[in-house]
Amino acid sequence: MTAPRTLYDKIWDDHVVHTSEDGTCLLYIDRHLVHEVTSPQAFEGLRMTGRKVRAPEKTIAVPDHNVPTTAGRETHIDNEESRIQVEALDKNAREFGVVYYPVTDIRQGIVHIVGPEQGWTLPGMTVVCGDSHTATHGAFGSLAHGIGTSEVEHVLATQTLIQKKSKNMKVEITGKLRPGVTAKDITLAVIGKTGTAGGTGYVIEYCGEAIRDLSMEGRMTVCNMAIEGGARAGLIAPDEKTFQYVMGRPHAPKGAKWEAALAYWKTLFTDEGAHFDKVVTIKGEDIAPVVTWGTSPEDVLPITATVPAAEDFEGGKVQAAQRSLDYMGLTPGMKLTDIRVDAVFIGSCTNGRIEDLRAAAAILKGRKLAPGVRGMVVPGSGLVRLQAEEEGLAQIFQDAGFEWRLAGCSMCLGMNPDQLAPGERCAATSNRNFEGRMGRGGRTHLMSPVMAAAAAITGHLTDVREIMAEAV
Amino acid sequence: MDKFTTLTGIAAPMPLVNIDTDMIIPKQFLKTIKRSGLGVNLFDEMRYTPDGKEIPDFVLNQPAWRESQIIVAGDNFGCGSSREHAPWALLDFGIRCVISTSFADIFFNNCFKNGILPVVLPQEAVDHLMDDAKKGANARITVDLENQTVSASDGTSFAFEVDAFKKHCLLNGLDDIGLTMEKSAAIDAFERANAMARPWA
Repeated sequence: MTAPRTLYDKIWDDHVVHTSEDGTCLLYIDRHLVHEVTSPQAFEGLRMTGRKVRAPEKTIAVPDHNVPTTAGRETHIDNEESRIQVEALDKNAREFGVVYYPVTDIRQGIVHIVGPEQGWTLPGMTVVCGDSHTATHGAFGSLAHGIGTSEVEHVLATQTLIQKKSKNMKVEITGKLRPGVTAKDITLAVIGKTGTAGGTGYVIEYCGEAIRDLSMEGRMTVCNMAIEGGARAGLIAPDEKTFQYVMGRPHAPKGAKWEAALAYWKTLFTDEGAHFDKVVTIKGEDIAPVVTWGTSPEDVLPITATVPAAEDFEGGKVQAAQRSLDYMGLTPGMKLTDIRVDAVFIGSCTNGRIEDLRAAAAILKGRKLAPGVRGMVVPGSGLVRLQAEEEGLAQIFQDAGFEWRLAGCSMCLGMNPDQLAPGERCAATSNRNFEGRMGRGGRTHLMSPVMAAAAAITGHLTDVREIMAEAV
Repeated sequence: MDKFTTLTGIAAPMPLVNIDTDMIIPKQFLKTIKRSGLGVNLFDEMRYTPDGKEIPDFVLNQPAWRESQIIVAGDNFGCGSSREHAPWALLDFGIRCVISTSFADIFFNNCFKNGILPVVLPQEAVDHLMDDAKKGANARITVDLENQTVSASDGTSFAFEVDAFKKHCLLNGLDDIGLTMEKSAAIDAFERANAMARPWA
């Protein structure tokens, strides 16, 4: 009888190609997602060594980081370097014969939204991409993580990755969430508790009633930010919701293969008694709508709190906190709800899915952006955009005064023209509040889509529960 | 990839915790399709004013640390994105070793692919080396990968752990794609078995 195994153990075991004496493994990769920023040097490496892409049918390329989100991008990208990078992906995808969704394709979007949407991401798979937010795909119970460009080249050439196994960490969110609290609040609250290095060396399995209750979109939001907690990957065991989401997607299995897959997927759970090296438990009812105040995703506080002082911290964090306060232009002791914003960004691989847009639109319906606040909605994919238009969400955003953009990573990392000006402050549904992330000198407060919508209406960070109360 | 065996050099002190990949190399420099030439933009927004002038206070702009080959850093160095442009920028500047109490996972792996050695040491050791780093050329640090030690200028030696395979590749400057391709028979066999067991994948 085999010892009880975690979900991570099971996926790992099913993908080991070779184990060396020192424990280094060669892990088989089922899906390799590729975007334009971290792949050109890898394809160039293949070209220089005369190597081919081993499994082009398992390699999916889509431009997302650089692409403008305004009309006309299909024919011209103003920024020359961005254009060269997008053109390089186009050339490489065609030359090496990988699956490709160019910017002219309605299915184009953020790679981590396109993969699940098209049914490329399936339970029990190994999924990698030259992007740290690959962790998103863990929501399906697939082992998914970011890799560097050298590893991209390695996977292109061999369909494997050289890996040492990580440790197992369990993050359990018990009970129910309170109204106004979302998947984003869960994932930020976890990072607030464990810190940005708390998950280093681990693969996290998220479990508990509050996780089970989340939709697939919500689960993707939670896993997406596993990397912000330092973990290699985040996982959620697949269940009926997962199977329902996957069923019928263009690249999901059909017929007899579906039945076989389903039987296998139902074995993908952590066995009773399996060992976790670290366990973190949070009560769902203890999680409030949260925002970040500083320049690290661990700088998380409930919206009802006040800005901390550097002296509230210990060790190296004192200097970092002071630097954050200076950069963010905040005074210790001020209420978080007194922080005024200049911009609101709704989008990204964290919160650019249809459910996120529905949630934000529900708050914004019949309301307007506060005077002087710039609002931007960037759907995660062309198909999300289309669906949001069909559901009337686009109209709600536009009526509220938001710009309704084309799909891409956009302001989340500001590689395209969507950026903050120095000193501008943004309520953002994205994943990183690092210095300069959304534009040099730009100030980012991370939060959920409903919290971002609430800030849009009032012009300052706002407890969405107050807006929700008004609506009743 | 260049070999890494031993290195004696000036270390730059960067005690700030959570130095992220956006600080190491901001996004506007990710638009390159090359690996080289990023050193001039290493730590760009900490190092230069918006109009491109050097910020004199920044450590790598100070005469004592312009030739640094080592960085002694605060906790969780390299957190954030998977951009290999971060180690490319460090390498292009001339940094071959970063010492900290902890590193972010992807950055840590990326270093080894580029001939950079990330060394994890306990807080006391990092503090000791940080003191050396603050003395610039007056207190050079020696890193010996073969023997897995870092030596401070006063002779104090700190042992560090390193993965045996990663060490082997770094000591010999090996291309791991070539090594993996030698195992192609095992990959073929896995794919055949996988096609039977998980035909949907």
